[in-house]
Amino acid sequence: MQTLDDIDRQILNLLQSDFPLAAQPYKVMAEGMGISEAEVLDRIGTMKSTGLIRRIGGIMDTRSLGYYSTLCAAMVPGSRIDAAVAAINRLPGVTHNYLRDHEYNLWFTLTVPSQQEAVGTLEELESTLGIEIVSMPAEKVFKIRVNFDMEIGNED
Amino acid sequence: MKIDPIDLGILELIQGDLPLESEPFARLTEQLGVSVEQIMRRIEQMRDEGVLRRWGAVLRHQQAGFTANAMVVWKVSPEKADRAGRQMAELREVSHCYLRQIPDSFPYNLFTMIHARSDAHLSEIIARAADGTQLNDYLIIKSLKEFKKASMKYV
Repeated sequence: MQTLDDIDRQILNLLQSDFPLAAQPYKVMAEGMGISEAEVLDRIGTMKSTGLIRRIGGIMDTRSLGYYSTLCAAMVPGSRIDAAVAAINRLPGVTHNYLRDHEYNLWFTLTVPSQQEAVGTLEELESTLGIEIVSMPAEKVFKIRVNFDMEIGNED
Repeated sequence: MKIDPIDLGILELIQGDLPLESEPFARLTEQLGVSVEQIMRRIEQMRDEGVLRRWGAVLRHQQAGFTANAMVVWKVSPEKADRAGRQMAELREVSHCYLRQIPDSFPYNLFTMIHARSDAHLSEIIARAADGTQLNDYLIIKSLKEFKKASMKYV
């Protein structure tokens, strides 16, 4: 893990919760922080190369775009994990796929244009892989937050 | 929302990673033949309409110091679900909270993702969530391996 200073943390907080919607967003950030735009870009570049920043852009609302999404879980025998992961990860609508410590050991999310397409995709995976998949779409969303507060002055 | 070619071009750019340069929309303005002001207005409109949920950086939580993470699933009755969901959502360490449709084979319907800075902190948050909601039937399901983590590409 990279060592961060308070300027990095301030940049991370701004990038997460107050990223300017502007033609030159890094210049706006730099002016607010009293440092140069080059320094902002340079620090962000470093935090991207270490992997701390995954990306900078927009997070779209799946439902507003008319998409259907669901959390899926499967019980996959150890010998078939590799094949299952390969087949599941190949799908563009799968954004997360994890091995988890439960009888249902493979958990993935599927986001597709319609519920019908989700059903079809899962049925096809089940028959190709010989596994059973359960689909657990959200009934109610209480929270989706992807901000991580970087506490200024916190030495870790 | 009605989507035209300009929105599609914008969506294609912003669903991914903006180029890290002083004017990240410069190439898009050339490609679409519109001004940067127009692009800003369209993105603002997407935000107002709720199509754009957030604007900015997505971090990898492990690298951000949140090294103890778990999916915690809770069994909640329909009449208690709303209150419990809202209480969970108030906790800073809870990043996601959903009530889900579940099969009989998996009787836990309230899903939370919890991120903490240590295992002790994680246990403390889970205990606090259980205590606050009075939900005592839950499972802590940790991830053993990440096979895929990506952002959705809509176009």
